[in-house]
Amino acid sequence: MTLPIPSGTRDVLPDEMRELRAIGDALRGVFEDAGYGEVSTPALEYESVLSKGDLTGARPAYRVVDDHGDVLVLRSDMTVPIARVVASRYATAEPPLRFWYLAHAYRQVRPRRGMSRELLQVGIELVGAPAPDGTAEALTVLCRGLTAVGLQEFKVGLGDASLYPTALEELGLADDARSRILHELATHDFVGVERELIAAGLDRDTAQGLLALAQRRGGAEVLEAVPSAAAEAVAGLRDVHALLPADVAEHVIFDLGLVRDLGYYTGAVFEVYDPALGVPLGGGGRYDDLLGRFGRPLPAVGFALVVDRLHLALNGGERR
Amino acid sequence: MTPPLTIAVPRGALMRETLDLLDTLGIDTAEVRANDRKLLFADIGIVTMRPSDVPTYVEAGAADIGITGKDVLIEQSEREVYELLDLGYGFCRMVIATVDGPNPMDEALRRLGIVRVATKYLKTASRYFERTGRQAEIVEVKGSVELAPLTGLAEAIVDLTATGTTMRENGLVEREHLFDSTARLIANPVAHKLKAAAIDDLVARLRALEPTGAS
Repeated sequence: MTLPIPSGTRDVLPDEMRELRAIGDALRGVFEDAGYGEVSTPALEYESVLSKGDLTGARPAYRVVDDHGDVLVLRSDMTVPIARVVASRYATAEPPLRFWYLAHAYRQVRPRRGMSRELLQVGIELVGAPAPDGTAEALTVLCRGLTAVGLQEFKVGLGDASLYPTALEELGLADDARSRILHELATHDFVGVERELIAAGLDRDTAQGLLALAQRRGGAEVLEAVPSAAAEAVAGLRDVHALLPADVAEHVIFDLGLVRDLGYYTGAVFEVYDPALGVPLGGGGRYDDLLGRFGRPLPAVGFALVVDRLHLALNGGERR
Repeated sequence: MTPPLTIAVPRGALMRETLDLLDTLGIDTAEVRANDRKLLFADIGIVTMRPSDVPTYVEAGAADIGITGKDVLIEQSEREVYELLDLGYGFCRMVIATVDGPNPMDEALRRLGIVRVATKYLKTASRYFERTGRQAEIVEVKGSVELAPLTGLAEAIVDLTATGTTMRENGLVEREHLFDSTARLIANPVAHKLKAAAIDDLVARLRALEPTGAS
C-alpha cells in the first residue's frame, strides 16, 4: 500500500541520508573549530513571539491553535528563533555569541528542485560582532564550510541591503515612489525598475545611472566610481573585503543590486551560487536591528544554506 | 567552441523576430530556421520551446537566458527569473471580450452575482476580477477561446489579441483592457551573477539596437 505524504515533503532513505549526513558533518567540523556551538529550538513556536521579528518574505505558513487558544506556528527560519534564545537565555552573557544549527524550517513554497516545504537548513548566527569584522568572520566561516563540503566553483555574491534604499533617499524621492522602485528591484524586474525610476520624475541620465547601479556585479572593479549616494555602503563593502583572507576573497563577488527576501537585513547581505545549480545554495547577511526587537539590542550576522541544494550541487546538478 | 550562453527561444508568433534579433547579434540562426522539428541547437546555444515553457527552463537553469512575452511572465509571476529588457516587438493586448450588443457581463453580475469567464490565462483573469471587485467563475480552455461566449460556456473571455481580427470575425467586441504585452529578455538568477559579463554584453548590444523608449 502506498500512503501519501504532504506535497513538498519527502522521505530520505539510507543511501541519500549518508550523503546528507556527510555534508552536515563537514560543516559541523568547520563551525565547531571556529568556536560555534550547536543549538536546537522547538519547531513549534508562539506566533506572537516570532512575529516580533520582521517576517516579511518568510512568514510562517503553517499554524495550529493549541488547547489554550494560542496560535502556534512552524518556524520559517532559524534566525528569529535564535534571536529569541539570545534575548531570553543569554540576556546578560558577554558577546560575541556564536551558534550553529542544522534544522528544518517550514515554508509554503511552490515545491520544485531544491525547494521543499520542509527545508533542511544549516547555518550560523554570530551575535554581538558588528561590521566589518563580524561580517568578515561569517563570510570566512561560510567559504571554509563550503570548501569542506567539497564544492570548489562556488561564488558568494556580496551586497548591502541599505545601498539602494539609501541611494533613492538621497535623491529625495517620495516614499511611495521609493517603495514602488524597491518592489520592482525585489521582484528582479529591471524593466519595471527603469519604468518606475522614470515615473518618479528622474531625468534619463540619473535613471540610467541608478538602473546600472542595480545591475553592477562582478569583481572589485564594480566598487569603483559609484554614485555618491551609494558611497557609504560601498565603503562598508570595501572594509569587509579588506579583512577577508585570500582563500575566502577569491570566492567573493560584489553585487550592488543584491536584495534578499527576508525583511530583517540591515547591512551586508550575501547569496551563494554554484554553476551546477540554477538556484542559490543559500544566503545571509547582517540584521543589526532584529535582536533589539527581542529586548537585547546587539548587532548580528548569519547565514543559512539549504542542505538539499548543497547535495544537488555536489552531484553536478543539471549543468556541465 | 561552447557558446557562452544557452538561450531559450520561443516558437510561434515571437520566433521570427527573435531569430532576426539573434542574427543581428552575430548568432547564425540559419540552422534553426531550416529545421522546424529540431528543438536543440547545441553549437549555437539555442533551445526552442513554446513561449509559456521559457520561464520554466530559465528558472531551473536549463537555459541561462530566454525570450518570452510579458503576458507569460504575468501569468507565471511566481517564477524566479530576472526580467532584463523590454525587446519592444510582439506587441499584444490582454483584453476582456464578449459578444456584441448589451454587455452580457452586466446582466450576469446583476442577476446571478457572478460572471463566467473562459481563458487560457487562469491567474491573470482571476487576479483581475478579484482586483476589480467582481466575482468570476474562471473556466479553463486550452484553445480557441472565442468559441466559449458563442456557445454559452461563458459570458466573457480574457485573451491576448494582436490585431483583434479573430475576435471580430467571431462577432466579439473588446470590453476592457488589462495590459499591453511585448517580448522580454529574462535570465536565470544564478546565471545573472556567474555569467554577468556575457549577459551584460548581450543586454548592452540589444539596448544599442532598439530605439530608446521602446517600452
